Amino acid sequence: MERIKAIIIKEWREVFKNKFVLFTVSFLPLMITALPLVILYVAGSSDGFAGISTADLPPQFEPLCGELGGSDCMLYSIVTQFLLLFMMVPVIVPMTIASYSIVGEKTTRTLEPLLATPVTTVEILVGKGLAGVIPAVLTTWIGYLIYAAGAYLMVSNPAVVSKLFDPLWMIAIFLVGPLLSLMGVSISVMISSRVNDPRVAEQISGIFVLPVVGLFIGQMTGMILVNETFILWLAAALFVLDIILFYFAVQVFQRETILSRWK
Amino acid sequence: MINNDPIIVTEKLTKSFGENVAVNQLTLSVQSGEVFGLLGPNGAGKTTTVRMLAALLIPSGGTARVAGFQVGENDQDIRRKIGLLPESPGLYDSLSAEQNLAFFGSMYGMENIAEQIQKYLELLGLWNRRYESVGTFSKGMRQKLAIARALLHEPDVLFLDEPTSGLDPQASRLVREFIEELRGEGRTIILTTHNLEEADRLCDRVAVISGHLLALDAPGELRRKIFGRKVVFHLREANQSLVKAMEKFPFVSDVQAVDNKILAAVENPEEQNPQLIRALVEGGAEVQFVGELRRRLEDVYLELMGAIEDNNHGKN
Repeated sequence: MERIKAIIIKEWREVFKNKFVLFTVSFLPLMITALPLVILYVAGSSDGFAGISTADLPPQFEPLCGELGGSDCMLYSIVTQFLLLFMMVPVIVPMTIASYSIVGEKTTRTLEPLLATPVTTVEILVGKGLAGVIPAVLTTWIGYLIYAAGAYLMVSNPAVVSKLFDPLWMIAIFLVGPLLSLMGVSISVMISSRVNDPRVAEQISGIFVLPVVGLFIGQMTGMILVNETFILWLAAALFVLDIILFYFAVQVFQRETILSRWK
Repeated sequence: MINNDPIIVTEKLTKSFGENVAVNQLTLSVQSGEVFGLLGPNGAGKTTTVRMLAALLIPSGGTARVAGFQVGENDQDIRRKIGLLPESPGLYDSLSAEQNLAFFGSMYGMENIAEQIQKYLELLGLWNRRYESVGTFSKGMRQKLAIARALLHEPDVLFLDEPTSGLDPQASRLVREFIEELRGEGRTIILTTHNLEEADRLCDRVAVISGHLLALDAPGELRRKIFGRKVVFHLREANQSLVKAMEKFPFVSDVQAVDNKILAAVENPEEQNPQLIRALVEGGAEVQFVGELRRRLEDVYLELMGAIEDNNHGKN
Protein backbone atom coordinates (compact mmCIF):
# COMPACT_ATOMS: atom_id res chain seq x y z
CA MET A 1 0.00 0.00 0.00
CA GLU A 2 2.90 2.35 0.82
CA ARG A 3 4.36 1.80 -2.63
CA ILE A 4 1.04 2.58 -4.31
CA LYS A 5 0.72 5.74 -2.24
CA ALA A 6 4.28 6.78 -3.14
CA ILE A 7 3.59 6.19 -6.85
CA ILE A 8 0.39 8.28 -6.72
CA ILE A 9 2.15 11.20 -5.02
CA LYS A 10 5.10 10.98 -7.42
CA GLU A 11 2.76 10.90 -10.42
CA TRP A 12 0.89 13.98 -9.25
CA ARG A 13 4.13 15.85 -8.60
CA GLU A 14 5.31 15.00 -12.09
CA VAL A 15 2.19 15.07 -14.21
CA PHE A 16 0.70 18.31 -12.90
CA LYS A 17 3.93 20.13 -13.77
CA ASN A 18 3.13 19.34 -17.40
CA LYS A 19 1.15 22.33 -18.65
CA PHE A 20 -0.62 20.39 -21.40
CA VAL A 21 -1.87 17.79 -18.93
CA LEU A 22 -2.89 20.48 -16.48
CA PHE A 23 -4.82 22.27 -19.22
CA THR A 24 -6.65 19.09 -20.29
CA VAL A 25 -7.45 18.12 -16.73
CA SER A 26 -8.83 21.53 -15.77
CA PHE A 27 -10.25 22.94 -19.01
CA LEU A 28 -12.50 20.04 -20.02
CA PRO A 29 -14.35 19.73 -16.69
CA LEU A 30 -14.64 23.51 -16.52
CA MET A 31 -16.19 23.64 -19.98
CA ILE A 32 -18.52 20.72 -19.36
CA THR A 33 -19.73 22.38 -16.15
CA ALA A 34 -20.09 25.85 -17.65
CA LEU A 35 -21.86 24.86 -20.89
CA PRO A 36 -25.07 23.43 -19.33
CA LEU A 37 -25.19 26.31 -16.87
CA VAL A 38 -25.12 28.81 -19.72
CA ILE A 39 -27.88 26.89 -21.53
CA LEU A 40 -29.95 26.71 -18.35
CA TYR A 41 -29.47 30.45 -17.85
CA VAL A 42 -30.59 31.19 -21.41
CA ALA A 43 -33.56 28.79 -21.15
CA GLY A 44 -34.55 30.21 -17.77
CA SER A 45 -34.42 33.83 -18.91
CA SER A 46 -36.69 33.24 -21.92
CA ASP A 47 -40.28 32.07 -21.99
CA GLY A 48 -39.63 29.60 -24.79
CA PHE A 49 -40.97 26.62 -22.80
CA ALA A 50 -44.04 28.35 -21.40
CA GLY A 51 -46.60 26.82 -23.75
CA ILE A 52 -45.18 23.29 -23.82
CA SER A 53 -47.39 20.51 -22.51
CA THR A 54 -46.40 16.89 -21.78
CA ALA A 55 -48.18 15.86 -24.98
CA ASP A 56 -45.66 17.91 -26.99
CA LEU A 57 -42.73 15.94 -25.59
CA PRO A 58 -41.38 12.63 -26.93
CA PRO A 59 -43.12 9.69 -25.17
CA GLN A 60 -39.87 8.41 -23.60
CA PHE A 61 -39.66 11.56 -21.43
CA GLU A 62 -42.86 10.67 -19.60
CA PRO A 63 -41.42 8.07 -17.22
CA LEU A 64 -38.40 10.30 -16.67
CA CYS A 65 -40.37 13.40 -15.73
CA GLY A 66 -42.96 11.84 -13.41
CA GLU A 67 -45.17 14.52 -11.93
CA LEU A 68 -43.46 17.44 -13.70
CA GLY A 69 -45.48 19.59 -16.08
CA GLY A 70 -44.65 20.13 -19.76
CA SER A 71 -42.30 23.12 -19.48
CA ASP A 72 -40.55 21.72 -16.37
CA CYS A 73 -40.22 18.34 -18.05
CA MET A 74 -38.63 20.06 -21.04
CA LEU A 75 -36.24 21.87 -18.73
CA TYR A 76 -35.43 18.64 -16.89
CA SER A 77 -34.81 16.84 -20.18
CA ILE A 78 -32.24 19.54 -21.02
CA VAL A 79 -30.69 19.17 -17.58
CA THR A 80 -30.46 15.40 -18.07
CA GLN A 81 -28.90 15.70 -21.54
CA PHE A 82 -25.75 16.89 -19.81
CA LEU A 83 -25.55 13.89 -17.55
CA LEU A 84 -23.72 11.92 -20.24
CA LEU A 85 -21.56 14.90 -21.00
CA PHE A 86 -20.42 14.74 -17.38
CA MET A 87 -19.56 11.10 -17.97
CA MET A 88 -16.91 12.14 -20.49
CA VAL A 89 -14.82 13.85 -17.80
CA PRO A 90 -13.91 10.68 -15.87
CA VAL A 91 -12.91 8.98 -19.15
CA ILE A 92 -10.82 11.71 -20.76
CA VAL A 93 -8.98 13.09 -17.71
CA PRO A 94 -7.39 9.80 -16.54
CA MET A 95 -6.57 8.87 -20.12
CA THR A 96 -4.47 12.01 -20.45
CA ILE A 97 -2.74 11.47 -17.12
CA ALA A 98 -2.12 7.74 -17.61
CA SER A 99 -0.87 8.21 -21.17
CA TYR A 100 1.72 10.72 -20.00
CA SER A 101 2.69 8.85 -16.86
CA ILE A 102 3.58 5.53 -18.49
CA VAL A 103 4.97 6.70 -21.84
CA GLY A 104 6.75 9.48 -19.94
CA GLU A 105 8.59 6.84 -17.88
CA LYS A 106 9.69 5.25 -21.12
CA THR A 107 10.92 8.41 -22.80
CA THR A 108 12.79 9.69 -19.75
CA ARG A 109 14.25 6.21 -19.13
CA THR A 110 12.99 6.15 -15.55
CA LEU A 111 11.19 2.86 -15.98
CA GLU A 112 14.34 0.73 -15.82
CA PRO A 113 15.44 1.83 -12.33
CA LEU A 114 11.82 1.60 -11.21
CA LEU A 115 11.46 -1.95 -12.51
CA ALA A 116 14.75 -2.85 -10.81
CA THR A 117 13.09 -2.25 -7.42
CA PRO A 118 10.85 -4.83 -5.70
CA VAL A 119 7.69 -3.01 -6.86
CA THR A 120 5.22 -5.36 -8.58
CA THR A 121 3.50 -4.74 -11.91
CA VAL A 122 0.11 -4.60 -10.17
CA GLU A 123 1.42 -1.97 -7.73
CA ILE A 124 2.78 0.15 -10.61
CA LEU A 125 -0.46 -0.06 -12.56
CA VAL A 126 -2.74 0.50 -9.57
CA GLY A 127 -0.61 3.48 -8.46
CA LYS A 128 -0.52 5.03 -11.89
CA GLY A 129 -4.16 4.21 -12.48
CA LEU A 130 -5.34 5.77 -9.24
CA ALA A 131 -3.17 8.82 -9.94
CA GLY A 132 -5.40 9.33 -12.97
CA VAL A 133 -8.71 8.13 -11.53
CA ILE A 134 -8.68 10.19 -8.33
CA PRO A 135 -8.38 13.66 -9.92
CA ALA A 136 -10.79 12.62 -12.68
CA VAL A 137 -13.45 11.46 -10.24
CA LEU A 138 -12.92 14.46 -7.98
CA THR A 139 -13.22 16.94 -10.85
CA THR A 140 -16.38 15.15 -12.03
CA TRP A 141 -17.91 15.37 -8.56
CA ILE A 142 -16.89 19.00 -8.10
CA GLY A 143 -18.27 19.84 -11.56
CA TYR A 144 -21.51 18.09 -10.70
CA LEU A 145 -21.85 19.97 -7.42
CA ILE A 146 -21.21 23.30 -9.20
CA TYR A 147 -23.77 22.35 -11.83
CA ALA A 148 -26.34 21.37 -9.18
CA ALA A 149 -25.72 24.63 -7.28
CA GLY A 150 -26.06 26.63 -10.51
CA ALA A 151 -29.26 24.81 -11.42
CA TYR A 152 -30.64 25.51 -7.93
CA LEU A 153 -30.02 29.22 -8.47
CA MET A 154 -31.32 29.36 -12.04
CA VAL A 155 -34.26 26.94 -12.14
CA SER A 156 -37.31 28.24 -10.31
CA ASN A 157 -39.10 24.91 -9.81
CA PRO A 158 -37.48 23.02 -6.90
CA ALA A 159 -38.97 19.78 -8.23
CA VAL A 160 -36.73 20.05 -11.30
CA VAL A 161 -33.65 20.79 -9.18
CA SER A 162 -34.39 17.93 -6.81
CA LYS A 163 -34.31 15.60 -9.84
CA LEU A 164 -30.58 16.29 -10.03
CA PHE A 165 -30.25 14.35 -6.78
CA ASP A 166 -32.40 11.40 -7.75
CA PRO A 167 -30.93 7.85 -7.95
CA LEU A 168 -30.28 8.18 -11.70
CA TRP A 169 -27.84 11.05 -11.16
CA MET A 170 -26.38 9.58 -7.98
CA ILE A 171 -25.61 6.24 -9.66
CA ALA A 172 -24.28 8.01 -12.76
CA ILE A 173 -22.00 10.43 -10.92
CA PHE A 174 -20.87 8.35 -7.96
CA LEU A 175 -20.74 4.85 -9.48
CA VAL A 176 -20.62 5.00 -13.27
CA GLY A 177 -18.14 7.92 -13.21
CA PRO A 178 -15.43 6.05 -11.25
CA LEU A 179 -16.08 2.88 -13.29
CA LEU A 180 -15.66 4.82 -16.51
CA SER A 181 -12.46 6.30 -15.11
CA LEU A 182 -11.08 2.85 -14.41
CA MET A 183 -11.97 1.85 -17.94
CA GLY A 184 -10.15 4.88 -19.36
CA VAL A 185 -7.05 4.16 -17.29
CA SER A 186 -6.89 0.47 -18.22
CA ILE A 187 -7.20 1.32 -21.90
CA SER A 188 -4.51 4.00 -21.63
CA VAL A 189 -2.19 1.62 -19.79
CA MET A 190 -2.58 -1.00 -22.49
CA ILE A 191 -1.92 1.51 -25.27
CA SER A 192 0.92 3.24 -23.39
CA SER A 193 2.69 -0.07 -22.91
CA ARG A 194 2.89 -0.43 -26.69
CA VAL A 195 3.75 3.06 -27.94
CA ASN A 196 6.60 5.47 -27.32
CA ASP A 197 4.89 8.85 -27.67
CA PRO A 198 2.38 10.16 -25.12
CA ARG A 199 0.49 12.06 -27.84
CA VAL A 200 0.03 8.85 -29.85
CA ALA A 201 -1.16 7.07 -26.71
CA GLU A 202 -3.62 9.84 -25.98
CA GLN A 203 -4.92 9.98 -29.53
CA ILE A 204 -5.50 6.23 -29.69
CA SER A 205 -7.06 6.27 -26.22
CA GLY A 206 -9.33 9.09 -27.41
CA ILE A 207 -11.08 6.66 -29.73
CA PHE A 208 -12.50 4.94 -26.67
CA VAL A 209 -14.40 8.10 -25.69
CA LEU A 210 -16.54 7.61 -28.78
CA PRO A 211 -19.01 5.15 -27.13
CA VAL A 212 -19.79 7.83 -24.50
CA VAL A 213 -20.22 10.42 -27.25
CA GLY A 214 -22.47 7.92 -29.06
CA LEU A 215 -24.61 7.56 -25.94
CA PHE A 216 -24.84 11.35 -25.68
CA ILE A 217 -25.97 11.66 -29.31
CA GLY A 218 -28.37 8.71 -28.87
CA GLN A 219 -29.95 10.41 -25.91
CA MET A 220 -30.15 13.79 -27.66
CA THR A 221 -31.88 12.24 -30.66
CA GLY A 222 -34.21 10.23 -28.45
CA MET A 223 -32.84 6.88 -29.64
CA ILE A 224 -31.63 5.98 -26.15
CA LEU A 225 -33.40 6.80 -22.92
CA VAL A 226 -30.99 7.16 -20.05
CA ASN A 227 -33.04 6.10 -17.07
CA GLU A 228 -32.26 4.25 -13.83
CA THR A 229 -32.51 0.80 -15.40
CA PHE A 230 -30.17 1.79 -18.22
CA ILE A 231 -27.61 3.34 -15.89
CA LEU A 232 -27.65 0.31 -13.57
CA TRP A 233 -27.05 -2.03 -16.51
CA LEU A 234 -24.29 0.29 -17.68
CA ALA A 235 -22.69 0.19 -14.21
CA ALA A 236 -22.84 -3.61 -14.10
CA ALA A 237 -21.37 -3.91 -17.59
CA LEU A 238 -18.59 -1.44 -16.76
CA PHE A 239 -17.77 -3.31 -13.56
CA VAL A 240 -17.21 -6.54 -15.50
CA LEU A 241 -15.41 -4.70 -18.30
CA ASP A 242 -13.07 -2.98 -15.82
CA ILE A 243 -12.02 -6.30 -14.30
CA ILE A 244 -11.34 -7.74 -17.76
CA LEU A 245 -9.51 -4.62 -18.95
CA PHE A 246 -7.32 -4.41 -15.83
CA TYR A 247 -6.42 -8.08 -16.22
CA PHE A 248 -5.36 -7.43 -19.81
CA ALA A 249 -3.53 -4.24 -18.82
CA VAL A 250 -1.38 -6.29 -16.41
CA GLN A 251 -0.78 -8.91 -19.10
CA VAL A 252 0.16 -6.32 -21.72
CA PHE A 253 2.59 -4.57 -19.34
CA GLN A 254 5.46 -6.93 -20.18
CA ARG A 255 8.47 -5.63 -18.28
CA GLU A 256 10.95 -7.37 -20.56
CA THR A 257 9.31 -6.21 -23.81
CA ILE A 258 9.03 -2.64 -22.57
CA LEU A 259 12.70 -2.58 -21.54
CA SER A 260 14.16 -4.28 -24.56
CA ARG A 261 12.02 -2.74 -27.29
CA TRP A 262 11.86 0.91 -26.36
CA LYS A 263 13.69 3.24 -28.69
CA MET B 1 37.98 -7.65 1.62
CA ILE B 2 37.10 -10.17 -1.07
CA ASN B 3 35.91 -13.43 0.41
CA ASN B 4 35.47 -16.76 -1.23
CA ASP B 5 31.69 -16.86 -1.20
CA PRO B 6 30.42 -16.36 -4.72
CA ILE B 7 27.61 -13.81 -4.70
CA ILE B 8 26.90 -14.22 -8.41
CA VAL B 9 27.15 -17.50 -10.24
CA THR B 10 26.09 -17.96 -13.85
CA GLU B 11 26.09 -21.24 -15.71
CA LYS B 12 25.74 -21.16 -19.49
CA LEU B 13 23.62 -18.05 -19.17
CA THR B 14 22.03 -17.25 -22.53
CA LYS B 15 19.71 -14.54 -23.80
CA SER B 16 18.22 -14.39 -27.27
CA PHE B 17 15.98 -11.77 -28.82
CA GLY B 18 14.37 -13.64 -31.68
CA GLU B 19 17.20 -14.88 -33.91
CA ASN B 20 19.77 -12.63 -32.27
CA VAL B 21 21.77 -14.27 -29.47
CA ALA B 22 22.84 -11.37 -27.27
CA VAL B 23 24.52 -13.45 -24.55
CA ASN B 24 25.75 -16.92 -25.35
CA GLN B 25 26.47 -19.51 -22.64
CA LEU B 26 28.14 -17.16 -20.20
CA THR B 27 29.65 -18.97 -17.22
CA LEU B 28 31.29 -16.96 -14.48
CA SER B 29 31.25 -16.32 -10.77
CA VAL B 30 31.77 -13.13 -8.79
CA GLN B 31 33.05 -13.23 -5.22
CA SER B 32 31.51 -11.18 -2.46
CA GLY B 33 33.37 -7.87 -2.06
CA GLU B 34 34.83 -8.02 -5.54
CA VAL B 35 34.79 -5.23 -8.13
CA PHE B 36 34.10 -7.13 -11.32
CA GLY B 37 34.37 -5.54 -14.75
CA LEU B 38 32.34 -6.54 -17.78
CA LEU B 39 34.15 -5.37 -20.89
CA GLY B 40 33.27 -5.68 -24.53
CA PRO B 41 32.38 -3.73 -27.66
CA ASN B 42 28.94 -2.21 -28.29
CA GLY B 43 26.37 -4.97 -28.63
CA ALA B 44 28.59 -7.47 -26.81
CA GLY B 45 25.79 -8.27 -24.34
CA LYS B 46 27.10 -6.37 -21.32
CA THR B 47 23.87 -4.51 -20.59
CA THR B 48 21.81 -7.60 -21.36
CA THR B 49 23.91 -9.57 -18.87
CA VAL B 50 23.46 -6.88 -16.22
CA ARG B 51 19.71 -6.77 -16.89
CA MET B 52 19.43 -10.54 -16.51
CA LEU B 53 21.39 -10.47 -13.26
CA ALA B 54 19.21 -7.58 -12.03
CA ALA B 55 16.13 -9.74 -12.71
CA LEU B 56 14.91 -7.37 -15.41
CA LEU B 57 15.22 -9.83 -18.28
CA ILE B 58 14.38 -13.51 -18.18
CA PRO B 59 17.26 -15.71 -19.41
CA SER B 60 16.55 -17.79 -22.52
CA GLY B 61 18.85 -20.53 -21.25
CA GLY B 62 21.27 -21.47 -18.49
CA THR B 63 21.03 -20.35 -14.90
CA ALA B 64 22.10 -17.44 -12.72
CA ARG B 65 22.11 -17.02 -8.95
CA VAL B 66 22.42 -13.58 -7.40
CA ALA B 67 22.82 -13.12 -3.63
CA GLY B 68 21.60 -16.69 -3.16
CA PHE B 69 18.48 -16.34 -5.31
CA GLN B 70 17.72 -17.87 -8.68
CA VAL B 71 17.09 -15.44 -11.55
CA GLY B 72 13.67 -16.11 -13.05
CA GLU B 73 12.38 -17.74 -9.87
CA ASN B 74 13.09 -15.34 -6.98
CA ASP B 75 13.15 -12.08 -8.91
CA GLN B 76 11.52 -10.00 -6.17
CA ASP B 77 14.15 -11.20 -3.66
CA ILE B 78 16.94 -10.39 -6.10
CA ARG B 79 15.60 -6.87 -6.66
CA ARG B 80 15.68 -6.27 -2.91
CA LYS B 81 19.35 -7.29 -2.80
CA ILE B 82 20.70 -5.33 -5.74
CA GLY B 83 21.19 -1.71 -6.68
CA LEU B 84 21.26 -0.65 -10.32
CA LEU B 85 22.73 2.35 -12.06
CA PRO B 86 21.49 1.98 -15.64
CA GLU B 87 23.20 3.39 -18.70
CA SER B 88 20.96 6.45 -18.48
CA PRO B 89 20.51 7.86 -14.94
CA GLY B 90 16.70 7.71 -15.27
CA LEU B 91 15.74 10.39 -12.76
CA TYR B 92 12.49 12.32 -12.49
CA ASP B 93 13.47 15.78 -13.71
CA SER B 94 10.54 17.67 -12.21
CA LEU B 95 11.16 16.19 -8.76
CA SER B 96 13.85 17.41 -6.38
CA ALA B 97 16.89 15.28 -5.52
CA GLU B 98 15.33 14.45 -2.16
CA GLN B 99 11.95 13.56 -3.68
CA ASN B 100 13.64 11.28 -6.22
CA LEU B 101 15.46 9.37 -3.50
CA ALA B 102 12.43 9.31 -1.18
CA PHE B 103 10.33 7.79 -3.96
CA PHE B 104 12.82 5.00 -4.63
CA GLY B 105 13.28 4.46 -0.89
CA SER B 106 9.53 3.83 -0.66
CA MET B 107 9.78 1.27 -3.44
CA TYR B 108 12.20 -0.69 -1.26
CA GLY B 109 9.91 -0.35 1.75
CA MET B 110 12.68 1.39 3.70
CA GLU B 111 11.93 2.74 7.16
CA ASN B 112 15.03 4.91 7.55
CA ILE B 113 14.66 6.75 4.27
CA ALA B 114 15.44 10.24 5.63
CA GLU B 115 18.70 9.12 7.28
CA GLN B 116 19.84 7.23 4.20
CA ILE B 117 19.03 10.17 1.94
CA GLN B 118 21.07 12.48 4.16
CA LYS B 119 23.94 9.98 4.33
CA TYR B 120 24.32 9.59 0.57
CA LEU B 121 23.54 13.16 -0.44
CA GLU B 122 26.19 14.37 2.01
CA LEU B 123 28.65 11.73 0.84
CA LEU B 124 28.17 12.78 -2.77
CA GLY B 125 28.15 16.51 -2.08
CA LEU B 126 24.51 17.07 -3.06
CA TRP B 127 22.99 17.74 0.36
CA ASN B 128 22.83 21.50 -0.12
CA ARG B 129 20.96 21.05 -3.38
CA ARG B 130 18.49 18.48 -2.12
CA TYR B 131 15.42 20.66 -2.67
CA GLU B 132 16.39 21.63 -6.22
CA SER B 133 14.69 20.12 -9.23
CA VAL B 134 16.85 17.42 -10.81
CA GLY B 135 16.15 18.98 -14.22
CA THR B 136 18.55 21.78 -13.24
CA PHE B 137 21.41 19.39 -12.38
CA SER B 138 24.54 18.89 -14.49
CA LYS B 139 25.27 15.46 -15.99
CA GLY B 140 27.80 14.72 -13.27
CA MET B 141 25.37 15.65 -10.49
CA ARG B 142 22.64 13.52 -12.03
CA GLN B 143 25.00 10.58 -12.25
CA LYS B 144 25.99 11.01 -8.61
CA LEU B 145 22.33 11.18 -7.61
CA ALA B 146 21.62 8.02 -9.60
CA ILE B 147 24.47 6.30 -7.75
CA ALA B 148 22.98 7.48 -4.44
CA ARG B 149 19.65 6.02 -5.53
CA ALA B 150 21.30 2.67 -6.31
CA LEU B 151 22.97 2.61 -2.88
CA LEU B 152 20.09 3.94 -0.79
CA HIS B 153 18.86 0.54 0.42
CA GLU B 154 22.41 -0.75 1.03
CA PRO B 155 22.33 -3.48 -1.60
CA ASP B 156 24.52 -6.60 -1.49
CA VAL B 157 25.42 -6.17 -5.16
CA LEU B 158 25.75 -2.92 -7.05
CA PHE B 159 25.47 -2.90 -10.84
CA LEU B 160 27.02 0.14 -12.51
CA ASP B 161 26.37 0.26 -16.24
CA GLU B 162 28.75 2.73 -17.88
CA PRO B 163 28.94 4.99 -14.80
CA THR B 164 31.26 7.56 -16.37
CA SER B 165 29.86 7.50 -19.89
CA GLY B 166 29.22 10.99 -21.26
CA LEU B 167 30.71 12.74 -18.22
CA ASP B 168 33.38 15.41 -18.43
CA PRO B 169 36.83 14.46 -17.04
CA GLN B 170 36.20 16.17 -13.71
CA ALA B 171 32.83 14.48 -13.17
CA SER B 172 34.26 11.14 -14.32
CA ARG B 173 37.01 11.48 -11.79
CA LEU B 174 34.54 12.22 -8.99
CA VAL B 175 32.47 9.16 -9.89
CA ARG B 176 35.58 6.98 -10.15
CA GLU B 177 36.82 8.17 -6.77
CA PHE B 178 33.47 7.34 -5.26
CA ILE B 179 33.58 3.85 -6.75
CA GLU B 180 37.04 3.45 -5.22
CA GLU B 181 35.58 4.45 -1.86
CA LEU B 182 32.85 1.84 -2.26
CA ARG B 183 35.49 -0.69 -3.17
CA GLY B 184 37.29 0.17 0.05
CA GLU B 185 34.10 -0.57 1.96
CA GLY B 186 34.13 -4.09 0.53
CA ARG B 187 31.04 -3.78 -1.63
CA THR B 188 30.42 -6.13 -4.52
CA ILE B 189 30.30 -4.07 -7.68
CA ILE B 190 29.66 -5.18 -11.24
CA LEU B 191 30.99 -2.51 -13.54
CA THR B 192 30.42 -2.36 -17.27
CA THR B 193 32.56 0.16 -19.06
CA HIS B 194 34.24 1.09 -22.30
CA ASN B 195 36.87 2.95 -20.37
CA LEU B 196 39.60 0.31 -20.06
CA GLU B 197 41.87 2.47 -17.96
CA GLU B 198 38.99 2.82 -15.51
CA ALA B 199 38.44 -0.94 -15.47
CA ASP B 200 42.16 -1.55 -14.98
CA ARG B 201 42.23 0.81 -12.04
CA LEU B 202 39.01 -0.23 -10.34
CA CYS B 203 38.40 -3.90 -11.07
CA ASP B 204 39.75 -6.90 -9.19
CA ARG B 205 38.80 -9.08 -12.14
CA VAL B 206 37.41 -8.45 -15.58
CA ALA B 207 35.45 -10.54 -18.04
CA VAL B 208 35.88 -9.62 -21.69
CA ILE B 209 32.77 -10.65 -23.58
CA SER B 210 31.54 -10.44 -27.12
CA GLY B 211 28.30 -12.39 -26.95
CA HIS B 212 30.29 -15.15 -25.28
CA LEU B 213 33.11 -15.06 -22.75
CA LEU B 214 36.52 -14.31 -24.30
CA ALA B 215 38.66 -13.96 -21.20
CA LEU B 216 38.21 -13.77 -17.45
CA ASP B 217 40.85 -12.92 -14.90
CA ALA B 218 42.51 -10.12 -12.94
CA PRO B 219 43.76 -7.39 -15.31
CA GLY B 220 47.38 -8.17 -14.42
CA GLU B 221 46.92 -11.88 -15.03
CA LEU B 222 45.30 -11.21 -18.39
CA ARG B 223 48.28 -9.09 -19.37
CA ARG B 224 50.66 -11.86 -18.36
CA LYS B 225 48.65 -14.56 -20.10
CA ILE B 226 48.48 -12.68 -23.36
CA PHE B 227 51.75 -10.80 -23.49
CA GLY B 228 53.90 -12.58 -20.93
CA ARG B 229 56.10 -10.47 -18.58
CA LYS B 230 58.56 -8.18 -20.21
CA VAL B 231 61.45 -6.64 -18.34
CA VAL B 232 63.23 -3.47 -19.49
CA PHE B 233 66.89 -3.04 -18.61
CA HIS B 234 67.99 0.57 -18.97
CA LEU B 235 71.73 0.60 -19.70
CA ARG B 236 74.26 3.31 -20.40
CA GLU B 237 74.77 1.57 -23.73
CA ALA B 238 73.07 -1.52 -25.23
CA ASN B 239 74.69 -3.76 -27.82
CA GLN B 240 74.17 -7.13 -29.54
CA SER B 241 76.72 -8.97 -27.36
CA LEU B 242 74.58 -8.16 -24.32
CA VAL B 243 71.51 -9.44 -26.18
CA LYS B 244 73.31 -12.71 -26.89
CA ALA B 245 74.37 -12.98 -23.24
CA MET B 246 70.71 -12.72 -22.22
CA GLU B 247 69.52 -15.24 -24.79
CA LYS B 248 71.65 -17.96 -23.19
CA PHE B 249 69.18 -18.22 -20.31
CA PRO B 250 66.40 -20.78 -20.97
CA PHE B 251 63.78 -18.74 -19.11
CA VAL B 252 64.35 -15.68 -21.32
CA SER B 253 62.79 -15.14 -24.73
CA ASP B 254 62.12 -12.38 -27.25
CA VAL B 255 65.23 -10.30 -26.38
CA GLN B 256 65.58 -7.00 -28.23
CA ALA B 257 67.92 -4.03 -27.98
CA VAL B 258 66.13 -0.73 -28.48
CA ASP B 259 68.22 2.45 -28.09
CA ASN B 260 69.94 2.11 -24.74
CA LYS B 261 67.45 -0.49 -23.48
CA ILE B 262 67.23 -4.24 -23.59
CA LEU B 263 63.73 -5.73 -23.52
CA ALA B 264 63.23 -9.39 -22.63
CA ALA B 265 60.31 -11.67 -21.85
CA VAL B 266 61.11 -13.29 -18.51
CA GLU B 267 59.11 -16.14 -16.98
CA ASN B 268 59.55 -15.12 -13.34
CA PRO B 269 61.19 -11.68 -13.04
CA GLU B 270 61.15 -11.66 -9.22
CA GLU B 271 63.36 -14.79 -9.12
CA GLN B 272 65.30 -14.47 -12.36
CA ASN B 273 66.11 -10.75 -12.68
CA PRO B 274 69.17 -10.88 -10.31
CA GLN B 275 70.82 -13.54 -12.53
CA LEU B 276 70.15 -11.43 -15.61
CA ILE B 277 71.52 -8.25 -14.04
CA ARG B 278 74.64 -10.16 -12.97
CA ALA B 279 75.12 -11.45 -16.53
CA LEU B 280 74.71 -7.97 -17.96
CA VAL B 281 77.23 -6.48 -15.53
CA GLU B 282 79.67 -9.31 -16.26
CA GLY B 283 79.22 -8.57 -19.97
CA GLY B 284 80.34 -4.98 -19.33
CA ALA B 285 76.95 -3.27 -19.14
CA GLU B 286 76.26 -0.39 -16.79
CA VAL B 287 72.71 -0.99 -15.48
CA GLN B 288 70.85 2.23 -14.69
CA PHE B 289 67.29 1.03 -14.01
CA VAL B 290 65.30 -2.19 -14.24
CA GLY B 291 61.54 -2.22 -14.64
CA GLU B 292 58.64 -4.23 -15.95
CA LEU B 293 57.14 -3.18 -19.28
CA ARG B 294 53.57 -2.59 -18.24
CA ARG B 295 51.00 -3.39 -20.90
CA ARG B 296 47.70 -1.59 -20.66
CA LEU B 297 44.43 -3.44 -20.33
CA GLU B 298 43.55 -1.75 -23.60
CA ASP B 299 46.32 -3.76 -25.30
CA VAL B 300 44.84 -6.97 -23.88
CA TYR B 301 41.37 -5.97 -25.01
CA LEU B 302 42.50 -5.03 -28.51
CA GLU B 303 44.47 -8.25 -28.78
CA LEU B 304 41.38 -10.26 -27.85
CA MET B 305 39.15 -8.31 -30.23
CA GLY B 306 41.76 -8.66 -32.98
CA ALA B 307 41.78 -12.41 -32.45
CA ILE B 308 37.99 -12.47 -32.91
CA GLU B 309 38.23 -10.43 -36.11
CA ASP B 310 40.97 -12.73 -37.45
CA ASN B 311 38.81 -15.70 -36.56
CA ASN B 312 35.82 -14.19 -38.35
CA HIS B 313 37.93 -13.38 -41.44
CA GLY B 314 39.25 -16.95 -41.38
CA LYS B 315 35.71 -18.30 -41.37
CA ASN B 316 34.71 -16.05 -44.26
